[in-house]
Amino acid sequence: MTIDTIKTPVTSESGEPSPGAMLRKRVFGHWGFMIGAFVLIAIFLMAIFAPYISPGDPFDQVLSRKLVPPIWSDSAKATWDHPLGTDHLGRDYMTRLFYGARISLLIGFGAMLISGVIGTTLGVLAGYYGGRVDMVVNFIITTRLSMPVVLVALAVVSIVGSSLTVVIWVLGLLIWDRFAVVMRSATQQVRALDFVTSAQALGCSTPRILLTEVMPNITNHLIVIATLEMAHAILLEAALSFLGLGVQPPEPSWGLMISEAKGMIFFDPWLITIPGLALFALVLSINLLGDGIRDVTAPENRN
Amino acid sequence: MNDIVLEAKDVTRTFMISGGFMQAKRPLHAVNGVDLRIRKGEVLALVGESGCGKTTLAKMLLGLLPPTSGSLELDGTPIETMDRLRVAQTVQPIFQDPYSSLNPRKSIGSIITLPLKVQGDNDPSTWRKRVDEIMELVGLPRRVYNNYPSQLSGGQRQRVAIARALINRPRIVICDEPTSALDVSVQSQILNLLQDLREELGLAYLVISHNLAVVEHMATRLAVMYLGRIVEEGDADTLFRTPKHPYSKALLESVLTPDPSLGVPDTHLGAAYPNPLDMPSGCRFHPRCVNAMPHCSAVAPRKIPVGDGHVECHLYDENEGKLAS
Amino acid sequence: MATKSDSKRVLEVSRLNVEIPVPTGMLRPVQNVSLHVDRGETLCVVGESGCGKSLTSLAIMDLLPSKAKRTCDHMLLSGDSVFQIGERAMSDIRGDRMSMIFQEPMTSLNPAYTIGNQLAEALQRHRKVSSDEARQRAIYLLEKVGITAAAGRLGQYPHQLSGGLRQRVMIAMALMCGPDLIIADEPTTALDVTIQAQILHLLADLQREFQMGMILITHDLGVVARIADRVAVMYAGQIVETGTAQQIFNTPEHPYTRGLLECIPIPGKTRRGERLGAIPGIVPSLVGHMQGCHFASRCPQVSNACRSATVELLPTKQPGHISRCLLTQSAGAETPQREGAAS
Repeated sequence: MTIDTIKTPVTSESGEPSPGAMLRKRVFGHWGFMIGAFVLIAIFLMAIFAPYISPGDPFDQVLSRKLVPPIWSDSAKATWDHPLGTDHLGRDYMTRLFYGARISLLIGFGAMLISGVIGTTLGVLAGYYGGRVDMVVNFIITTRLSMPVVLVALAVVSIVGSSLTVVIWVLGLLIWDRFAVVMRSATQQVRALDFVTSAQALGCSTPRILLTEVMPNITNHLIVIATLEMAHAILLEAALSFLGLGVQPPEPSWGLMISEAKGMIFFDPWLITIPGLALFALVLSINLLGDGIRDVTAPENRN
Repeated sequence: MNDIVLEAKDVTRTFMISGGFMQAKRPLHAVNGVDLRIRKGEVLALVGESGCGKTTLAKMLLGLLPPTSGSLELDGTPIETMDRLRVAQTVQPIFQDPYSSLNPRKSIGSIITLPLKVQGDNDPSTWRKRVDEIMELVGLPRRVYNNYPSQLSGGQRQRVAIARALINRPRIVICDEPTSALDVSVQSQILNLLQDLREELGLAYLVISHNLAVVEHMATRLAVMYLGRIVEEGDADTLFRTPKHPYSKALLESVLTPDPSLGVPDTHLGAAYPNPLDMPSGCRFHPRCVNAMPHCSAVAPRKIPVGDGHVECHLYDENEGKLAS
Repeated sequence: MATKSDSKRVLEVSRLNVEIPVPTGMLRPVQNVSLHVDRGETLCVVGESGCGKSLTSLAIMDLLPSKAKRTCDHMLLSGDSVFQIGERAMSDIRGDRMSMIFQEPMTSLNPAYTIGNQLAEALQRHRKVSSDEARQRAIYLLEKVGITAAAGRLGQYPHQLSGGLRQRVMIAMALMCGPDLIIADEPTTALDVTIQAQILHLLADLQREFQMGMILITHDLGVVARIADRVAVMYAGQIVETGTAQQIFNTPEHPYTRGLLECIPIPGKTRRGERLGAIPGIVPSLVGHMQGCHFASRCPQVSNACRSATVELLPTKQPGHISRCLLTQSAGAETPQREGAAS
């Protein structure tokens, strides 16, 4: 009996579109994803090209021109030289806002990367190996969850001293718990699937299985958590800076700008509103993007 | 006999199950003293209810789970001492669910190429040709090479899984319920394919299934498993025609052949499948057995040779009968 | 209900359609399905995945997903219309005059309540009875479905029971109100073969004893042959052949039914290693309107007429046996009747 006579069922000629094409279709149909991506890219470009698009220098103090209101105010002092006005030391507010985006994004990315590496490693190992490894990782996670993030960060920063690097490391070492928890359960689910057993039966090494079989199937969860944790880190930095223990003056951080403006909230409210809105827009866009990625990638697995 | 490829000798696998908060762990004997031989080119079927240890045994035969005691030998060499890659070259699995057995993030081409990569095959330029060959052999059109599993039908996915298992030309394929997740019309195509491949490549199959119609269609030998032990083993024809063990009888009686003149069979088998954590004493089957005798609950039956197989049941122990009378 | 008891017909559905909007158009998973069940009769609906058999049963129970739309000429339960009578009235009927048994008993039992609670609730939801009476009925039915020490089981939770026992509890629950009709959707697919035979045996016995109508939905031809009085074979949203079990298995008319029967290995009939029949090709997409016979693309006996004509269910030479195939017409002697009128 020859084998080539076997008739195969073939997918209909119109066929299902490739996963890539379906993904593109869902991405462009998802409003939250598109808005989030647009705002985030705008802030990103703002941060990268800050030196070229800023009207001035973020550290230049012109005390004669302090507290210039933004151009939409009725005040005669408003001028196109300072579209968003100046702060209490006469520094151009738009410039500081642009440069501040660099700090927020840097801290967000840095802390997310550090926490992502720690949390994913722990979570994937616990989920894949189970048993004792899982017990140890669970203990570490529980220990970490019992520590209040802001208080520990405050304590460490006040002892070690504050700088951008210290803030990134402290936050990165503190917020990996959600990565670990989510990666652990996602890995457990994937690990139970037959294609992992099949790779084992083919003689694949464990690192290979983790990298080529498990990881690609949990990256959508990873990206969602990464965006959430990035927003989380940015907000924590703002809180630390507001308390005076984050980024130190005269660096232009949005949290610091809010902190410096808090005394003038009743007289010059734009000083606190502008960085506040910027922070809000950044965190919202990251969260929209994260939700969007989850929605866009999830249905593929359901089909 | 040197045509034995894979042999399990008195293999036991025990899992420790936690009894709950502040309670000692209890042993669960998933596989308890199993002897099994797979010879070159034969189709050995392993049947039994869920939870009888079929899947645990299959994992051990694949070298993925070390036995608690006993030994597994591949061509006379213990599996534990062998290189994982060498075991993988000889024994390969095919799974039940073609939806979970393929990585959804990989293209069909890279799924079928993986075994070649893992084995460190020295000539990557021939990979594409060999993948094309195996795809043709299992009846997959060439154009699906760059497709993803989600774009394929269930039957096609199962063909991909078969291609992946066969590309390194193993001698034994362990098929764990190879067709039970497929539709009837697709099932027959896969069964035909498995039969053709067996003849073409001289494969031996271990078919694990609860579908006895499929088993009878494929198997040359049959092993009936109950609560971690093989209670009857023998030539498939003989066993199907004249099952000896009361459990084999009950299993075969419950096969629903599509014959409208027959009603639903009454198996007389007690409903309660025993808790494997709390094994019945003596013969494990005695609480459900219609032929249970007083000493069945006390003494575990011996292995009694029947033909070229065996049965574990007091009904067939002649020596015992003499002693009793 | 008592006034209708003289009539034998438990359920009559005429030209049931289900439509579900999907991104690419309108999916029509159930098309012009007409069926009926008499008191004490078992109708098996058989077909492969995606043929619409489960959606048909959900449409009868009015349990379709919210965006699905159903239409039909009429749907009568013991003579009373149960089509578009409102959710309140419908939920009074579900679990009372018709009840359903699902494939996976673990997901259909609530893990947070005891078996006893859930059984009693099933009765007290529809009847004004005391808890004690409900409890007595529960014990009576648990014993009927073959559960020993029934009174002791009432306090147990679903996870404490094995799969077979859970399915027995589900059957007992479906019987609590003494329904006219039971719809069982793959009731034994998740169970072991030995348990499967027991559950089917039980269903057949109970149905005879309580004289209920039963619709059993399955893909397993072995189950169908053993338990069915009448069989409806579904393919791509349509019933392609209806007849008694003998007619379907011994003299199948439709090429699809014949193909299916050739696909399965039959112990004692097909020889070991013998090639099994196959149905090449795949099920057509049910999105949008389809011209001609749905099976035309896979049929070994296809002719040009099959691809264009609208094929109706046509009577064969045997009474009660109808088939949706043009070849039936050329073989049949009588005048073609429209579906629904036949049988």
